[in-house]
Amino acid sequence: MVTAAALPLAARRLGNRVFHLAALPPLAAVAWAFREAPATDAGGALVEDVEWLPSLGVSLGFRFDGLAALMVALVAGIGALVFVYARSYFDDGADVGRFAATLLVFSGSMLGLVLADDLIALFLFWELTSVTSFLLIGTEDEKVAARSGAMQALLITAGGGLAMLGGFVLVAEAAGTYSLSEIVADPPSGAAVDWGLVLVLLGAFTKSAQVPFHSWLPRAMTAPTPVSAYLHSATMVKAGVYLVARWSPAFATHAPWRPIVLTVGLATMLLGGYRAMRQHDLKLVLAYGTISQLGLMVVLFGAGTPEATYAGCALLLAHGVFKAALFMLVGVIDHQTHTRDLRMLDGLGRRWPAVAATGVVVAASMAGVPPLLGFVAKEEALASLGGTGAGWGPWVLGGVVVGSVLTVAYSARFVLGAFGPAEEGGFVDRGEVVGADAPRPAPAFVAPAVVLAGVTVVCGLVPATVDPMVGRAFESLFGREAHHHLALWHGITPALGLSALVLAAGALAVVRRRSVAELQARVAGGPSAQSAYDRSLKGMLQAADVLTGKVQNGSLPVYLGVILTTLVVVPGVPLLLDLELPELRVADRPGQVVVGTVMLAAALAAAMVRRRFAAVILIGAVGYGMAALFVLQGAPDLAITQLLIETLSVVMFVLVFRHLPATFPRRRIRGSQAPRVAVAVAAAAFAFVFTLAAVGARSEAPVSDEYLTRAEPEGGGDNVVNVVIVDFRGFDTMGEITVLAVAVLGVAATVRTGRRERTRDGVPDDGPRDVAVAVAEGEGEAG
Amino acid sequence: MSEPRSTAIEPRRSVILDVAVRAEVHTLLLVSLYLLFAGHNQPGGGFSGGLVASCAFCLRYVAGGERELARHRRVPPPWLLGAGLLLAVGTGLAPLFTGGQFLESALADLELPVIGTVHLASVLVFDTGVYLVVVGMALLLLEQFGAADGAEPIGTREEPSGEGGA
Repeated sequence: MVTAAALPLAARRLGNRVFHLAALPPLAAVAWAFREAPATDAGGALVEDVEWLPSLGVSLGFRFDGLAALMVALVAGIGALVFVYARSYFDDGADVGRFAATLLVFSGSMLGLVLADDLIALFLFWELTSVTSFLLIGTEDEKVAARSGAMQALLITAGGGLAMLGGFVLVAEAAGTYSLSEIVADPPSGAAVDWGLVLVLLGAFTKSAQVPFHSWLPRAMTAPTPVSAYLHSATMVKAGVYLVARWSPAFATHAPWRPIVLTVGLATMLLGGYRAMRQHDLKLVLAYGTISQLGLMVVLFGAGTPEATYAGCALLLAHGVFKAALFMLVGVIDHQTHTRDLRMLDGLGRRWPAVAATGVVVAASMAGVPPLLGFVAKEEALASLGGTGAGWGPWVLGGVVVGSVLTVAYSARFVLGAFGPAEEGGFVDRGEVVGADAPRPAPAFVAPAVVLAGVTVVCGLVPATVDPMVGRAFESLFGREAHHHLALWHGITPALGLSALVLAAGALAVVRRRSVAELQARVAGGPSAQSAYDRSLKGMLQAADVLTGKVQNGSLPVYLGVILTTLVVVPGVPLLLDLELPELRVADRPGQVVVGTVMLAAALAAAMVRRRFAAVILIGAVGYGMAALFVLQGAPDLAITQLLIETLSVVMFVLVFRHLPATFPRRRIRGSQAPRVAVAVAAAAFAFVFTLAAVGARSEAPVSDEYLTRAEPEGGGDNVVNVVIVDFRGFDTMGEITVLAVAVLGVAATVRTGRRERTRDGVPDDGPRDVAVAVAEGEGEAG
Repeated sequence: MSEPRSTAIEPRRSVILDVAVRAEVHTLLLVSLYLLFAGHNQPGGGFSGGLVASCAFCLRYVAGGERELARHRRVPPPWLLGAGLLLAVGTGLAPLFTGGQFLESALADLELPVIGTVHLASVLVFDTGVYLVVVGMALLLLEQFGAADGAEPIGTREEPSGEGGA
């Protein structure tokens, strides 16, 4: 984080080499993760607790266990590569530093997310990733698509995050602890917990782009490709999956969990795969592919069986590796040819053999072709779902097989579209194809993708390299050692048969891709989540408009009427129902009678006079009378303050009122004004009765006694009133002067606006009238 | 009065008021400071002190208009507001660094020449913050409401005899 703050400065000097600097912290994190990984053997964990808000019981609890290690390796490892990659992707520009800094902040929050053990801290990091994602999608903020895409991602993921917070609170309150590891170790149950789980799942689904919240992910593809490669394939979208993985072992048997998770996951997998076949933009092919794969991961983790979870861990890793590489390659193509439309790309494979080979390898890994890491993970998945023995097992397995066929098909579509010859028709005929003249990418540009491709090959051939990591992740979730290990060759098993079937069916779909496309074109689009989002957003804005128009109609009498009516009705009705008037004395001493009479006379006169200035001064007289009463009661502090406030108020009123006609308009009280009169009288009556009742309602000993005894020894002052103001209730005073300052600045701004309008139009408008209200408010605060 | 232009903007000035105010303003400001410092043990405090100072500025405005006010002003009112808030929050935060609670107060007795023993409490700084905010508020309002461009009251145009108040 500290580095992130320094990055924009460094960028001025280094240009886009700043990304190399930014790659260092993630690299350090990877190194740390591998060094500390043995500590997570046999379900162990490194725990660190930092007190944060002790008074609220919120702490920054961090816990580094097997699954966290896996995620850290993924987040930081791919992060470092993405930074290296971004150096070539971006040309030198002013915003490079800002971008690198935001990306690094994201990296840090994502690491925090996977390491956090306290639910509140987890939520905090969760929302931080949402916000940084928003900033990163909107990097090219001059484009409308980028802005609306960023907004959509933020609305959906942050909205889901809020639901998740509610879920966290429900579950944590039932469990009596906010520590994730303790909740999972001893899961609570009950109806509240079930609702909490649904809310948590809602958050996880929005983050991981599950149906029907998936629409933000394709829109997020307006982000620069390094962002897509990092956030929207390898890491951030995995946050939801990660959460499902964490909670599933403990909660899979709760009633709502499995039906929701399995249905949503499967639907997402199938829809994502289906839509991926319809895209022409390479990035969108990958985006829908990501949605599909996320669905599969949700199914695997959500099933909650040990085998499926084990497969999920493997797939988590495999998917991060190959999907990040694929996005990087799309970025290379986009950067060199300035298009991502697979119909326009022609024969890049022949011209860039190294790039094409990398692309084929990682896409094959996605499709699950042996001997790559994707195959190892996919076969593990098929085997685990085949062996559940539960009633839902065959259905889910069937869905996953169909989804996998689609995966093979869109992987091939990606490779053929990106590197193969352009298809006949359309763009070829118009001569709009690109390829022959595109410049070759620099080696450093392609290198990160090649590294990832290398990882997927090596780990596929020798699964033992990743087995310990996956095994530890599994142990951290189930608390026991995994029974089996990742392997390339398990012998002749049903899963192997399924894999072969999937590949064969996928290949068939590729060969017959024309007819598949025609079939898809004939099936109408149906309701899309995007249009649902658009409609609900539009509806919400319209509703807000209507509501604002109704509530804020700009009529002062209506505002005042609403406020006063509320005042009368809400506290007034209970007051009348339970009225207890104290014993009344007329006066303690004769002076009070005199002052009171004067005040009454002044108040009456203020209501009757026709001239505004006279009214103001009469109101001031009432205030002075009040001060006199304070003096008579032996409260000099209050008296001084009251006196001064009244003086200032009169001056301010006079300053404002000189803009208004000197006399009140002479108007007869008509029938239409009856409600106003009624409200005014009711408010006055309420104030009268309320004050009387409040005086007599004391049931506890007054705090003033305590203040009196404590003022001298603790506050160090003899003037109790002042000690109360600045010491015992110092916090209140601080709040009050803040409000005062803000109110005054608001008044000043309002006046200034009014004056500018007046000078521009040359005619007096309603400005002074607003000002009169504003100053009344300002005085109210001061008093 | 010497320049014909200024008479157009500045209406008649009352000499008596002018002189009286000049004599009074500094006394009032002194009183306001006294209230601020005495506040902890006798009636007064930052709030009333600030109000007295505000009244002093009001007087100066009433006598000489906004120009008179502006001539004697070196710090823009919003700065006063900000400085006051900073002081108050700062005294609140300071104990945190010495291991105390937010807004905890400290006491000290100082021996000063002439005045004698002074009983000081850290809340005095806090009170000074309150004082500054109040003064800033009053000055800002005077400056905004008292601006000369709106000086011609609407009432005088509609009914020429109808003005006389302030």
